[in-house]
Amino acid sequence: MVQYSQTHFNASFAALSDATRRGVLEQLGRADASITDLAEKFHMTLTGMKKHVGVLEQAGLVITKKVGRVRTCKLGLCRLEEEAAWIERYHQLWAARFDELDKVVEELKRKEKADGRKKRK
Amino acid sequence: MDARRESEPTSNRTTVERKSDCELVTTRTFNAPARIVFEAWTRPELFKRWWAPKSMRMSLHSCQMDVRVGGKYRLEFENESMAFFGTYLEVMPHSRLAWTNEESGEGGPVTTVTFEEKGGKTLLVLRELYPSKEALDAAGTGAADVLSETFGQLDELLVTLGASVGRS
Repeated sequence: MVQYSQTHFNASFAALSDATRRGVLEQLGRADASITDLAEKFHMTLTGMKKHVGVLEQAGLVITKKVGRVRTCKLGLCRLEEEAAWIERYHQLWAARFDELDKVVEELKRKEKADGRKKRK
Repeated sequence: MDARRESEPTSNRTTVERKSDCELVTTRTFNAPARIVFEAWTRPELFKRWWAPKSMRMSLHSCQMDVRVGGKYRLEFENESMAFFGTYLEVMPHSRLAWTNEESGEGGPVTTVTFEEKGGKTLLVLRELYPSKEALDAAGTGAADVLSETFGQLDELLVTLGASVGRS
């Protein structure tokens, strides 16, 4: 299993703090693209775009794959999605347990009241 | 049946947060005094009814709980290959329970539940303390909980992202 840490998230947010990098994510949200395509779209040198993609890749936000001589980039949000899904499942489990526990608690409260009334009689 | 509405259950919010590298904290308020909530955590026939919620398609085959310091518990699912077991470390009536989770070996957390009564309601705080950050991460929680801390930040960023889409 991949190790996650606060550092990883800091990297994500640092990566997102730059307007060009956010633009690259938006672009990749529409379609995968090569670094050359991205460099052209953002009027940037190939080296400059490689740096930006490198930051996004390190943060796990973008995945790149070299096919032949072309490096293709695509969104790598699956880790964030996995993480969100995990806490959602944990939360759902406990919320479901506690909703059932509410029922048990209500029943005990009613029983206690009923017993109280009996004792007073 | 009591005709008054005061005992109608109103749904309280469950929160989950990673408090530190090794600790996961879940909170929930119950509309009942601590002695009642505590009872539902310590009597096996009651515990069994809510701990394996039907809505999650879970069902306990057996539930044994010897609720005293050093006492053991064992929860078995319909599929007998799956069981949860451990030892009670602390038992303070109506206020505090702690136990070990031994089914996954040494990496298992110590669970502490506190019951804090205020104005007839009980704030329940469930802490799962793992022996190390790695153990918590391995339990699959690490990722998610750091994320929950940063959801606020993420929301802000998504708003920013949305705004910059509009401009471009």
